[in-house]
Amino acid sequence: MNFEFGEDQNLVRDQARGFLTDNCPPAVVRRVLEGDELYAADLWQQIVEMGWTATVIPEEYGGLGMSYLELVVIAEELGRACAPVPFSSSVYLATEAILAAGTQAQKEKWLPKLAAGEVIGTLAYVEGAGETSAASLGCSVSDGKLSGSKAVVADAQIAQVMIVAAKSDSGDGASLYIVPTDAGVSCEALNTLDPSRNHANVTFDGASAELLGNEGEGWALLESTLNRAAILFAWEQLGGAESCLEMAKEYAMGRYAFGRPIASYQAIKHKLADMYVKNTLARGNVYYGAWALNTDADELPLAAATARVGSIQAYYYAAKENIQTHGGMGYTWEFDCQFYYRRSKVLALEIGSEAVWQDKLIDASAHADVA
Amino acid sequence: MDFEDTKEEAAFREEARTWLEANVPSEDEMAGMDGMARAKFWQKRKYDAGWACIRWPKEFGGRDANAIQQVILNQEEAKVDAPETGVFSIGQGMAAPTLMTWADEEAKQRFIPRLASGEDIWCQLFSEPAGGSDLAALRTKAEKDGDDWIINGQKIWTSGAHYSDWGILVVRTDPNVPKHKGLSYFYLNMKSPGVEIKPIKQISGDANFNEVYFTDVRIPDSQRLGEVGQGWQVSLTTLMNERASIGAGGGGVKFNTVKQAAESVQIDGRPAIEDKQVRAKLADWYVQEAGLKYTIYRTLSALSRGEIPGPENSIGKLVGAKKTQDMASFAMDLLEQQGIVRDRKTDEAFAALFQDAYMSVPGLRIAGGTDEIMANIIAERVLGLPQEPRMDKGIPFTEVPTGSN
Repeated sequence: MNFEFGEDQNLVRDQARGFLTDNCPPAVVRRVLEGDELYAADLWQQIVEMGWTATVIPEEYGGLGMSYLELVVIAEELGRACAPVPFSSSVYLATEAILAAGTQAQKEKWLPKLAAGEVIGTLAYVEGAGETSAASLGCSVSDGKLSGSKAVVADAQIAQVMIVAAKSDSGDGASLYIVPTDAGVSCEALNTLDPSRNHANVTFDGASAELLGNEGEGWALLESTLNRAAILFAWEQLGGAESCLEMAKEYAMGRYAFGRPIASYQAIKHKLADMYVKNTLARGNVYYGAWALNTDADELPLAAATARVGSIQAYYYAAKENIQTHGGMGYTWEFDCQFYYRRSKVLALEIGSEAVWQDKLIDASAHADVA
Repeated sequence: MDFEDTKEEAAFREEARTWLEANVPSEDEMAGMDGMARAKFWQKRKYDAGWACIRWPKEFGGRDANAIQQVILNQEEAKVDAPETGVFSIGQGMAAPTLMTWADEEAKQRFIPRLASGEDIWCQLFSEPAGGSDLAALRTKAEKDGDDWIINGQKIWTSGAHYSDWGILVVRTDPNVPKHKGLSYFYLNMKSPGVEIKPIKQISGDANFNEVYFTDVRIPDSQRLGEVGQGWQVSLTTLMNERASIGAGGGGVKFNTVKQAAESVQIDGRPAIEDKQVRAKLADWYVQEAGLKYTIYRTLSALSRGEIPGPENSIGKLVGAKKTQDMASFAMDLLEQQGIVRDRKTDEAFAALFQDAYMSVPGLRIAGGTDEIMANIIAERVLGLPQEPRMDKGIPFTEVPTGSN
């Protein structure tokens, strides 16, 4: 049994943590949260230079050809730092979709650019409040031209390419399309829960759209892309939850009330113990997710849903109880607790809510050896 | 990252499997034996072949195996239909490590091999009516009389006292010093005159525990472990080994059984498993169950590499017992009014499975460290948070405030 990371991944983790401690301190998150920047472009450029966007892209397409075990430890560190960058959109979603279903030509065209950070990508499939389904899609493609609109697309305004779910040319169900954003694509910026990230509604008016994967099989491809992304999101979410536990612990040790540290009161101790328990269980599940992703295991759908639900719950609990542990100061704009409270919810809603993934988990459990 | 055995582990697994398959007792061999006799029969056979208590030194009947080898043996033994040997767990899991650390050579040679072979069964006489979570508040007293000690008082929650040969015992030898300093640690023959054992009937209807009364029980001073007044320190050796040995329990109420229940009944004319709220709850329990499983895998990986596992495993009992309670309760809700029935002899699907678990889990949430104590342990020993201020520090035990009990 070797259910643990090796030296290679530990090295990547140490480097990533050191890099983000230096280059993505809370002041950077705050700068984007409070200012007009859509993302921390300077930090993004450094991340690109570190090669993180190229991690799992094969060398023949300009990538580093490393494994998903390296990518998940990077995801955890980005979550820990609450980094205000389009990593999830570009790496977990757009890159993954092209890796999974792109033709040779599509891979050659897009992957080197995604690896080198010349292009930021994202995925657009949601069209409004509630669940979007293959049947409910309003976007459609005719003669290679995409029309319609998508809602609340992460990093839409900074993406040069989008993977879009739309009704296909032949009317034969849903397909995925690669859509460059240089013509026929307009964005309407949105006020959101987490201004350290950016989201927009997107309107397509005859944008050029190239089929990705087989026509009519787009929804299945979308689902499998979301499954893979869910594991990477879950690692990022766990990183955030761990940060919350560390912040809460540090504050509780230093804050005195009635003559002693609040960390000595059972009400606080048990709260932090609960955070630890939730994070530890979530960690077990994202480990399994990492293994499934790395080996492309049959159990991936179940592992993904399990990792996703566990991390959503752990991060939500840690983020809200971190504010609670900080008392009144935790509720102030000045304190950093808000970063995690905002980000935990945004990450919980992108790519499908807790309820959506609970539902997928039960579906997937029917096909797995659940012992 | 993989789930495979190393070469050495695979070889050990093969060796263990081969021996187990060839030696697990057949029904014929054990005809007419009760559970205890079967347990002793199997344990002795394992001992004679060097497959009992394999982590112990060879001189005590073990084979100096490492932790991962023990895990592999347990996994393989679970696959063959071997007799249940839980009656030995307190003696082997708690008394033996304490004896190995604190007993003199003669006592080690006399007792430890007999613990490994299953010839002797031991129980643990720690908890008292006045000292559960606050174990060191115990009041059973020992007074010196020549070369003996005279014991008077009462212990409680003693598993297996009625069939045990020996017991490990913590008592107060000096009430006039602060409470942790006035304790001493002994072992005694459970057949000693003055020892009286009364079973405690639990809310489940079973009686797994006992009250044990001591009336002028004599214990020779030679059966003391550690110095007089050092009993707390000796107890910690025992307790460190306790929480590892109490699992989540719950007798078969798992994600899969509750899911089966949800597939077998209807809500609004549709299978309950199609109901979104039912699915959400089931998913949450699966997440916990899988999270525990993979946390254990991480622990095993650390063992496999020869490392000492981190504290992750301390969460098992805390999470597992509560989860089982909630799942049992929910599964009964799914059965609606039928859930009221608790009859092990009925032909109904699930018989008394959920009802029995519902009635037994409250005990699991308390035994071996309550949920609250487990949370304190995580907070203090894992996260490093400070202890609460205490009212009993630095004052003689006799001056510590007490309630009426």
